[in-house]
Amino acid sequence: MSAAALPRAAAPLLGFGRLLRRYGFPVAPEQVSGFMQAVTLLGPRSMADIHEAALATLAPPPDRRDEFEAHFKSYFYGNKAALVEGEADEETRIKDDGGTSQEEIEVTRQEEGGELSSGAEQLSVRDFRRDGDGLAAFRRKLAAALPVRRSFRTVRTHARGKLDLRRSLREIVSADGDVPSPLLRRRQTVPRKLLILIDVSGSMKLHTSDYLKLAHAAVQGADRAEIFTFGTRLTRITAALRIRDRDQALARVAALVDDWDGGTRMGPTLLAFLSVPRFSAFARGAAVIILSDALERGDHAELEMAMRRLSARAFRLSLATPLAGDPRFQPATAALRAILPVLDDLVDGSSIAGLTDFILSLARPAPTAAAIWKRVS
Amino acid sequence: MPKRSAGTVAISPEAMASRLAASRYLADESLATAIFLAIRLGKPLLLEGAPGVGKTEAAKAIAEVLGRDLVRLQCYEGIDAAHALYEWNYQRQLLAIRHAGEHEVDIYDDRFLIARPLLQVLKAPEKRVLLVDEIDRSDHEFEALLLEFLSDFQISIPERGTIRATAQPIVILTSNRTRELAEALRRRCVYHWITYPDAEREAAIIMLRAGDVAEATARAVASAVRDIRAQPLAKPPGVAEAVEWANAATILEKGGSPWPEAFRRAIGVLIKDEEDLSYIAPELGRIVEEALA
Repeated sequence: MSAAALPRAAAPLLGFGRLLRRYGFPVAPEQVSGFMQAVTLLGPRSMADIHEAALATLAPPPDRRDEFEAHFKSYFYGNKAALVEGEADEETRIKDDGGTSQEEIEVTRQEEGGELSSGAEQLSVRDFRRDGDGLAAFRRKLAAALPVRRSFRTVRTHARGKLDLRRSLREIVSADGDVPSPLLRRRQTVPRKLLILIDVSGSMKLHTSDYLKLAHAAVQGADRAEIFTFGTRLTRITAALRIRDRDQALARVAALVDDWDGGTRMGPTLLAFLSVPRFSAFARGAAVIILSDALERGDHAELEMAMRRLSARAFRLSLATPLAGDPRFQPATAALRAILPVLDDLVDGSSIAGLTDFILSLARPAPTAAAIWKRVS
Repeated sequence: MPKRSAGTVAISPEAMASRLAASRYLADESLATAIFLAIRLGKPLLLEGAPGVGKTEAAKAIAEVLGRDLVRLQCYEGIDAAHALYEWNYQRQLLAIRHAGEHEVDIYDDRFLIARPLLQVLKAPEKRVLLVDEIDRSDHEFEALLLEFLSDFQISIPERGTIRATAQPIVILTSNRTRELAEALRRRCVYHWITYPDAEREAAIIMLRAGDVAEATARAVASAVRDIRAQPLAKPPGVAEAVEWANAATILEKGGSPWPEAFRRAIGVLIKDEEDLSYIAPELGRIVEEALA
């Protein structure tokens, strides 16, 4: 269909699709034609009809619905003011860089403009310099070292399996009723997901750059890994870390995270993590590693609740704290004592070497954290 | 139940809404429009929303309105083609080979083919509605398979050739959004994000679905449930739980508990998580008092 063949009234509908694309909404040509068909079907008797048709056919993601509404208002009603209105204040801000184009990132950053300096948060941006370490070996070994689960799918095998009736029957038919040696099939095993949550607050300042390098190696090495940073906010940085070049990836992360070296709100940020269904679903059955000193200011009830929920979802919940590098370390703070019963591991997180060894040993069973630390004390 | 062709049912969104209401499903304007568009444009309908907002119920109501059977494919991690498309009945095939002896036997005959939901719908598209439930639970490979099915409405069986649908089947997909669906899937569908109904509509739903609940009770429940959903709970109560709560409280009240007490004692059918219960307990009295006022 050429543009000339379209009735003049259709031009704005076409233009709206183009506008959405410019702001990073994935809108396919067939969606735009569906949109025009839908508008025709509905009448349209009012603007509300056009609005309903746009929602149903252009399918904006629910988390960008407000942005979509603003664009709709500004395009069809000429209401430019709608575009600049910010999001409602949340307790913990969540940022997800997944699947967004460069353009879109710029747009959201503009929207945040006025809010960055507000509140008690202390924000800064940091850059990373290159230095050598033994993470390449870790990256190579990781995929094979992660704990596994039995998948529902089956693979062909020569030993230890169940009879593969479909293939065997084909063999029998093609061999004219002869029964050759039976063909077997067995349930496949797949590596579990790996979820790493990195504390980027001021008290962890010395370690965050090491942790991010480790996280980069993990994303590169494992099939399914997700990395988040938390301080006063929660930021998903997995997509940034998928960039193969480490310096480039870390530079992207440095720009993405807003709460470097600020305070910690570990409990609330972890609860925020759990309240996003997509994120908490990732924790289900995953090996979850939290890299933090767990120094929670004030009340630790929320932290305790978050850790309990996380441990109920996770296959194995581990806390790696740099404080445990000190031989005199004891889980003595109120917060640590409270979460110790739900932890599977409480390990030393002060060096990359120690951490990589620990992550590579995740598949092997170990006594729970509470048992180990009781024995020591 | 009379069978109706899709075109005669979907005349306008309003007609759709009133038909759905006759099937005891109260859709808001936006959902009715999406259903209307999906049927008229011949596209699958993708419903997303929190658990318990009535996605599966919507599919059941659509099937009832159209006078068709609902074929439900429940997705789970690891679902594969043999559970979604078709499978051969190997045991019967083996028996048939033995039984036939010297005679020729076609072991790829219809009687050895077990049709799974997608094939069932393909065989009789004008009699059935396909519901692919909780697609977000399946893995990406299955999503790709479904994508292929939804664009061509055909299934290839190596031993039999390709089976095509004679008419465009009506397909409804639901997702709890525990993970992001592929863009291609969203693109191919008419999309609707279902939210919790507003208090007034929820009261109407409770009146319609519960046994015999007084209107004042239904209103109080709807208002209280809205306040409870505003709390940060691990599992906010769905519409079905609200209906249950109204029912349970009515029964307790008839058994002799006074009103605010009956609500409090029936809370177990509304909130089914120990942590949430202890979280909401101190607030509950106030919420119920306010709702009853």
